[in-house]
Amino acid sequence: MVDKKIVEYVANLARIEIPPAEAEHISAQLSDILAYIDKLKELNVEKVEPLRGLHLENNIFRKDEALASGCQEDILKNAPVREGNYFKIPKVIE
Amino acid sequence: MVDLISYSGTAIARAIKGNSSTRDSVYAFFAARAKKLNRSLNSFVEIYDEPVCGDGVSSLAGVPIAIKDNICLKGKKITCASKILSSHVSVYDATVVARLKKAGLAIIGTANMDEFAFGSSTENSCYGPAKNPWDTSRVPGGSSGGSAAIVAARLAPFALGSDTGGSIRQPAAFCGVVGLKPSYGRVSRYGLVAFGSSLDQIGPLTTNFIDCAHLLNIISGFDEHDSTSASVTVPDFSAALVEDVDNLKIGIPKEYYASTLAKDVKDAIGEVIAFFKKRGAQVIDITLPHTEYAVATYYIIGSSEASSNLQRFDGIKYGSRQTGNCLRDIYTHTRAQGFGSEAKRRIFLGTYSLSSGYYDAYYVRALKVRRLIKNDFDEAFKTVDVILTPTSPTPAFKIGEKTDPLSMYLSDIYTISANLAGIPAVSFPCGFTKDKLPIGAQLIGKDFDEATLIRAGYTFQCATDYHTQIPKIAYE
Repeated sequence: MVDKKIVEYVANLARIEIPPAEAEHISAQLSDILAYIDKLKELNVEKVEPLRGLHLENNIFRKDEALASGCQEDILKNAPVREGNYFKIPKVIE
Repeated sequence: MVDLISYSGTAIARAIKGNSSTRDSVYAFFAARAKKLNRSLNSFVEIYDEPVCGDGVSSLAGVPIAIKDNICLKGKKITCASKILSSHVSVYDATVVARLKKAGLAIIGTANMDEFAFGSSTENSCYGPAKNPWDTSRVPGGSSGGSAAIVAARLAPFALGSDTGGSIRQPAAFCGVVGLKPSYGRVSRYGLVAFGSSLDQIGPLTTNFIDCAHLLNIISGFDEHDSTSASVTVPDFSAALVEDVDNLKIGIPKEYYASTLAKDVKDAIGEVIAFFKKRGAQVIDITLPHTEYAVATYYIIGSSEASSNLQRFDGIKYGSRQTGNCLRDIYTHTRAQGFGSEAKRRIFLGTYSLSSGYYDAYYVRALKVRRLIKNDFDEAFKTVDVILTPTSPTPAFKIGEKTDPLSMYLSDIYTISANLAGIPAVSFPCGFTKDKLPIGAQLIGKDFDEATLIRAGYTFQCATDYHTQIPKIAYE
């Protein structure tokens, strides 16, 4: 059961604002989904190694070379707010 | 040029034969169709007046192709059908796009999809739902529903989609086209907006297996820009276009033929099995015992990865930004306004599964079950070469029919396991319901053995005409 309090906690972690009226609804939906997912608890997986990725036999390294991307201006053009060559945000230091 | 719509992409390329004026008139023909029929189908997000085209030469040069709106094409808008990205312009080409350009294909536009590929119906798009060309009151499937509808209605001979839990194959089945999810690592995901990084693959949607093989040749191969790209040899997939299933061992997993399977679908798959038997294949009953846990496993792993991947959409570097007095308010307002309800649901579910206190109970447990599901396939492939299943338990459902998120998730029940195991799978047309809705069959293969899927599918295609049938709307 995911109660309203847990929904608010998760929404805070996910940095998504939810109106209090919506929390109720989300809590009901998540509870339904997790009740279904609890099916996984039927299995005894104590001795099973988690599968953390496919084809991970070798770590892959590339050379650490500096390359010109040439797209700084294109990236900045996508910024919602910019100042010169910077992304602009509100002041974060008190 | 009306009969151009019954041509395969490879046949169109042969007609163009590098002639630029033919190429331009072919493009104009498809672009005009796309604009006209998009009013009824809503399958495109954007249609380009002029093709984005490299001057490369290949067996598919000049053929129009649509790309799903989560694949980067430099200088063009990419939105993932989300309000949060609605103004974003790609700053680089995805590797698949660079390969299409190098092969001279003509990119015609971007295809509608579920927001960030979260969905099985293309109803979760900020542009509104795409429609199924066989019945516009029904969904085209999802999340690559726009891509499948475009190919089915012959608005372009080819499209690219992405498949995290069935997002190429299920819409291919609903729209009556061929949709292939390659092995994990076969096709570079550089420039694909990430959803579930351990599951996502880009793949082709085409009307037939000949086109599928040629297009897969173009997009496959190692890419240094994608660290999960596999440095394995890519065979010439067109060499697999032979009619031969003699002694092919085809596994039939009993778990995929449950009572919930629609009768029309069950009957159509029964005929596919009978066909392969008649042509000399060995049909073998197998078991994939952890199948019933696949959907639950997938929604934990997929949502966890999605919640992590979507952290970047915070209103700072790209997309839209809502106002706020401090940085934190900007994040929470931007994400509240920018994401649709399904995207939020997945982010919440993923954040919950990864949060301290629940991580072992959900995320780690799902990773363990994922191994059991992969082990099932490893075991099965000791005795069979391919596995044959329905692609979806039902044909296309009505727009608005599935209001409960869980019932939507369960529509992916037959496609999800291949993503969890990282193995290739293809959906191809194998019949119609009595209401003339397409039915898809799925072949699942061994790791990096797309060729056998293509060979078996091509053999079926040569003896049937399902893939040549075109929805009425295509003639409007």
